Amino acid sequence: MSKSEMTLTEKLLARAAGKESAAPGDNIWVDVDVLLTHDVCGPPAIGIFKKQFGEKAKVWDKDKLVIIPDHYIFTKDVYANRNIDILREFAKEQDLPHYYDVGTDRYKGVCHVALPEEGFTRPGEILFGTDSHTCTAGAFGQFATGIGNTDAAFIMGTGKLWVKVPETMKFIFEGEIPSYIMAKDLILQIIGDIGVDGATYRAMEFAGDGVMRMDMEGRMTLTNMVIEAGGKNGVIEPDEVTYNYVRQRTDKEFHPLFNSPDAKYHSVRVYKSQDLEPMVAKPHSPDNKATVSEVKGTKLTRAYIGSCTGGKLSDFVAAARIIDGHQVSLDTYVVPATTQIANELYTEKVNGRTLIDIFAGAGCKIGRASCAACLGGPSDTFGRLQSDEICISTTNRNFPGRMGSKAAQVYLASPYTVAASAITGVITDPRDYLPVETTV
Amino acid sequence: MKIKGKAFVLGNDIDTDQIIPAQHLVYSLENPEEKKFYGRYALSGVPDIQSGLPKGNIPFTREDAFESDFTIIIAGSNFGCGSSREHAPFALQVAGARAVVAESYARIFYRNAVDGGFVVPYETDVKLNDKISTGDELVIDRETGFLYNVTTGDEYRLRDLGDVAEIIDAGGIFEYARLKKMV
Ligand code: SF4
Repeated sequence: MSKSEMTLTEKLLARAAGKESAAPGDNIWVDVDVLLTHDVCGPPAIGIFKKQFGEKAKVWDKDKLVIIPDHYIFTKDVYANRNIDILREFAKEQDLPHYYDVGTDRYKGVCHVALPEEGFTRPGEILFGTDSHTCTAGAFGQFATGIGNTDAAFIMGTGKLWVKVPETMKFIFEGEIPSYIMAKDLILQIIGDIGVDGATYRAMEFAGDGVMRMDMEGRMTLTNMVIEAGGKNGVIEPDEVTYNYVRQRTDKEFHPLFNSPDAKYHSVRVYKSQDLEPMVAKPHSPDNKATVSEVKGTKLTRAYIGSCTGGKLSDFVAAARIIDGHQVSLDTYVVPATTQIANELYTEKVNGRTLIDIFAGAGCKIGRASCAACLGGPSDTFGRLQSDEICISTTNRNFPGRMGSKAAQVYLASPYTVAASAITGVITDPRDYLPVETTV
Repeated sequence: MKIKGKAFVLGNDIDTDQIIPAQHLVYSLENPEEKKFYGRYALSGVPDIQSGLPKGNIPFTREDAFESDFTIIIAGSNFGCGSSREHAPFALQVAGARAVVAESYARIFYRNAVDGGFVVPYETDVKLNDKISTGDELVIDRETGFLYNVTTGDEYRLRDLGDVAEIIDAGGIFEYARLKKMV
């Protein structure tokens, strides 16, 4: 394949493999810039690393390993707590500079949001993580994907991993996004259109002025959920918005890459932003799409605002815009992704009131920064669905049992839609609570 | 080499929360006393009516057991979607499964199954989960690439494993890398 036909993903992988070019289907070995792990997959990865490289082995580059415990943090489960002990011990033994320990000022919360906050998501780089939503970081113009414990242990020892170069599917949003539509609506629309295996083994690239006018948090919501369509990685070309975000958080130099002018895609799909509708994914699959109008009035028992895809500051600002001046009629759980966001709930204001005032005043339950009930977790997890609840959630997965009980039903939706539904107790169109602005 | 045993049949989009529910991810993967729980809870997240098709309501691992009576999992498309947890193919292996035969896989599950040497992930061009029943006696012949259903007498061609056959034959990515003198 000629260099002038390469996509951004192909170029990222080719450069990391020290090659002029790379084509879809090539199996290549790449050098890794950052390896991320957390409390669920870190301990087994460390176990495999020691077994394979020896008890005394040192990781390939301690500056490139980032360990962020976030999944099972505030629980009495002894096994879960033991996992944190294993991470702490390993960080000490390896003298790791980027370990964010529980119970200290350094504790961060959900890794995919903490990683950019700490400046680890840099355009042009290669990131692997032992978590499927590692693809979130593709919003920064890097190649980022999830791997298992064995692959992570291999990287810990060698700094390398084999990758099959994926084809790229391109999704273009033309025109300004309507005010009542959020990034979550875009990605739920796409997943509903192509299915939960519609992008298996492929890269998903997001483009068009609708996307490029989004801030980094909106872009991260898109790339976060490519895995829900089976995608290997999500990617967005970096621009000034990206550079500003990254430069404010790290001094480290980075070298962005872009699509070639004649890049060859697997497919290109164009959406008119004006035509978008608020969307949900019905139980029990992220591709079980419906417009909010189709399911409005569906009875609910709980609302949940949190996770790496729906627990960022902008998600809470959106929810607060709707909730301000109302009471919630459902059990409504608010879980900031990171400790930084948890603090910002006390400083960020909507209509002159802080977010915490708005949520607490409306009767929401506020949790501590972590993954919490996004993946169910131990039985004492904050917000976990324990029985046949019907929950509307800003999280990314609604497979059976994902948020706890197999008997529960989960609808996925944008923070706007979740907030509006929390007020009424049934699935509600956010336009009922937002002034409809006409856009050009 | 041949893989023999009983079939356990499942539908489409079996995600990793169904293969091993998140609350069970806390046990040690090394300590034999804890590790065996991955076998007990393997596929315990599958809704009862879809567990062991076509009839359903068949647990993969009986309630009082740590190992399954089933050796070969037959599934539809997108097997192993969802999280990156390597505990998923690991749990299947601990339960005693040796191979999965599906129409397609989610890529992280596929990669984990291969790189960790847990189960052999075969693909087929035709849908088999409506042709094979839970409990059928199967034989996979790795050399010929055929799956034989001893119970019904049918046979099916499996898709070639391609590039990853080398890693599977070596027993995982570390063994492969050693053979190739990479580590
Ligand atoms: S918030 Fe949910 S999706 Fe995100 S890393 Fe945590 S468990 Fe996974």
